[in-house]
Amino acid sequence: MRKLWHWMNKRKLLTGPYLLWAVGFIILPLLMIIYYGLTSSDGGFTLENLLAIGDPIHYKALGQSLLIAFGSTCISLIIAYPLAYILSKNQGSKKGIIIMLFILPMWINFLLRVLALQMILANTGILNGILNFFGLPSQHLLYTRTAILIGMTYDYLPFMILPIYNAMCKIDRDLIHAAADLGAGNKLIFRKIILPLSMPGVISGIIMVFVPSISEFAIADILGGSKILLIGNVIEQEFSLTNNWHLGSGLSIVLMVFIFISMAVMNKNDAEGEGQMIW
Amino acid sequence: MKKFKVYLCLLVASGVLLGGCGGSETENVTDSGNTLVVFNYGDYIDFTTIEMFEKETGIRVEYEQYVTPEDMYTKYQSGNIPYDLICTSDYMVEKMIRNGEAKKIDTDSMEYYDNLDPTYLEFCQAFDAENEYAVPYFWGTVGILYNTELVDEEVDSWDILWNEKYENQIIMENSMRDAFEVPLKWKGKSLNTTDEEELREAQAMLMDQKKLVMAYMVDESRDAMIAGDAALAVIYSGDATAAMEANENLDYVVPEEGSNIWFDCWMIPDSCKHQENAQKFIDFMNREDIARINFDYVYYGTPNKAVYDGLDEETKEDYTIFPEDDTLEKCEVYKYLGSEAESFYNQLWKELKAY
Amino acid sequence: MVKRWIEKFYVGLVLFMLYAPIAILIVCSFNASKSRRVWGGFTFQWYIELFQDEAVIEAVRTSLMLTTVAAVVAVLLGTLASIGITVMGQKKQQVIMTVTNIPMLNADVVTGIAIMLLFGRFWNLGYFSMLAAHITLGVPYVILNVMPKLQQTSVSTYEAALDLGASPVYAFIKIVLPDIMPGIFSGFLLAFTISLDDFVITYFTKGAGMNTISTMIYQQVRRGINPKMYALSTILFLLILLVLWVANRISARQVQETRG
Repeated sequence: MRKLWHWMNKRKLLTGPYLLWAVGFIILPLLMIIYYGLTSSDGGFTLENLLAIGDPIHYKALGQSLLIAFGSTCISLIIAYPLAYILSKNQGSKKGIIIMLFILPMWINFLLRVLALQMILANTGILNGILNFFGLPSQHLLYTRTAILIGMTYDYLPFMILPIYNAMCKIDRDLIHAAADLGAGNKLIFRKIILPLSMPGVISGIIMVFVPSISEFAIADILGGSKILLIGNVIEQEFSLTNNWHLGSGLSIVLMVFIFISMAVMNKNDAEGEGQMIW
Repeated sequence: MKKFKVYLCLLVASGVLLGGCGGSETENVTDSGNTLVVFNYGDYIDFTTIEMFEKETGIRVEYEQYVTPEDMYTKYQSGNIPYDLICTSDYMVEKMIRNGEAKKIDTDSMEYYDNLDPTYLEFCQAFDAENEYAVPYFWGTVGILYNTELVDEEVDSWDILWNEKYENQIIMENSMRDAFEVPLKWKGKSLNTTDEEELREAQAMLMDQKKLVMAYMVDESRDAMIAGDAALAVIYSGDATAAMEANENLDYVVPEEGSNIWFDCWMIPDSCKHQENAQKFIDFMNREDIARINFDYVYYGTPNKAVYDGLDEETKEDYTIFPEDDTLEKCEVYKYLGSEAESFYNQLWKELKAY
Repeated sequence: MVKRWIEKFYVGLVLFMLYAPIAILIVCSFNASKSRRVWGGFTFQWYIELFQDEAVIEAVRTSLMLTTVAAVVAVLLGTLASIGITVMGQKKQQVIMTVTNIPMLNADVVTGIAIMLLFGRFWNLGYFSMLAAHITLGVPYVILNVMPKLQQTSVSTYEAALDLGASPVYAFIKIVLPDIMPGIFSGFLLAFTISLDDFVITYFTKGAGMNTISTMIYQQVRRGINPKMYALSTILFLLILLVLWVANRISARQVQETRG
């Protein structure tokens, strides 16, 4: 017993290097952002940067971001869930390959992939070319909200597929067989066993897609023709265009708080702490 | 298992070593005396000229690139990298001059300075009163690129961009000043106005126009026009030249109400640590053969008289690269408007985007 | 039977959607015209120019080295940290996990600028600032992948080893490590992926004269992307496919060997 306790104490020290790192590279920079966010250009303390979220432009931008993030998360979920289910049914040695197959697209530079999407969705682009070939009318897709949704879904899909796939793979096959033996039909098995047990994966996936999507702006600019202002655009512009780092930091703080609140809400529904699983 | 441990350790060790090597490399370069840190727009120089410069002078060049002048200014201000030489647009040069962030350039000591055409030097005086801080590199205009197959009328005025016939076929510049100059010039105002009422009016017109706009773009407008996605685009003259070469149905015009003439110039920021090297570089760029190589690569208007004289008739007559004199007369250079007016402008631009 | 076909079709469809843009990029890499929209004839010229372009090769080297080192260090820090965190009290755990999540949840711009500010104040921008930013970005993913595995690991086997006379370190390496290896591997993979594709953070934290593949491509957007980039992407893509295929063959052989 003493050995274990002694050993456990020593184990805590292992966190040491990381803690130092975290303080240096996460906490300190964060403090700088907070510092900038709470001061104005003449150095005095102010809340105006935080309250700037009340400006119609800003909260409209935040609203648009949330809408698009929500939309792309839903679509990813709808596409990914069945896919994960199908894939998990035929697991085995193929598991690693499957995962690599879905991560691989993310290794090709993101900007290039979005530009390729542009080519597909353009008025005179590839998709319309194919549609026309079959006698179907051209779709005006590029530079609309739809294009942004398509782009975001495309970019974040692997992040939704992998956690759900993992969670499903973990489901003990014996449970399913036992249930079948006891007379449960497929629908019941799905509802009572697979669905609940895959939830941690679903929640992971939602978090990994929804959260980055909120501050996304590059895809909206390229595929949306830069006609929509998202909160990511606003923050980025304050830092690079207007050079108003105070406002940019203030809005970032608001965004961070917002994200943390939504994460806390989601985590409440997952008391086991298993929601953090990605693999 | 043991093998794996060994491999892992080797991997980590080599990684750290290599990583460390990468680090010390930079430190050495910034300390050595015979270097030059240049900051320029992306893809705006023929790299062979840099190699030639390095060979002839023995000065090692560190070449950094940026996308927008605002990006450049952010990085410059953060003070992390001491740039010796910056090439940027007229209004940004002016801003830095005003902020005391520019060093005077000794043009008398430059051998090839006389290669520059005085007409353009005069234009530059709009933002650099005595030609002491900036040396022009490339210049051009902003105008309308249109597809003659999709536009059956004469294009000579900005008003065509508000014509509902071309709904969703219009591309506007995704850049604050370039977007606003369109309604301003159209209504006969100066594109440098700081009058709040005039700017609000311009913004109202842009908001009206927004539903007709297919997209706000910077670079892709060229490709989009070549592919025939849109009928009209506000575009830089240099891009227009490239587009017209790829698609013969395209034509370019600087509207009769006038437009913007822009200059990208070399300037020496006050963070410069190697002034002599910087001056050598500028001078080198003005040498006829070097300027010619860069002109052939970038294909924007060159202020270099020696190069112009050496061009063939066809290129000289290309009105997208070298517009007529009476067109030039109606064009204005962007001026830096001061931080207050800039804030106001930014606010208007944000409102337009959010609309 | 029909169900099986529908399932296969669905998987194929999703894969098709994911890879279609990449296929287009590959096609573009052979396009003689620089424009993305006009076909100018088949050519290998961009591949040839790619190998002659020192700047691009340098950027690729920087990218690969940076990403590998960052991912490895992230794995080391993260794994060690995970071990330490699992024995901490609930409250401490939550605090640390919240801090860990910050880089993941913050907008890229904010993280990038925050680190740039930090280095600006106390040091200089260079290779290390870029590396530090990438490591910071990667560690959360490692921790999030290793922790659950650790929590699932049965302590009793470990204790049994200790009882049988193994030293803690030996027991750890022989028993715990293999169990959490999948978590480490996936953490590494995610950290690597995030780092390889990152642009915003790299842009703000890199030193003079340095470029990664992402920053290099972004800089070309204004004047038009040079098709060398498409060629580069194609080569990288094919390389990875090759590695995958080899790995697949190796694991298939292993399975055969254990059976036979």
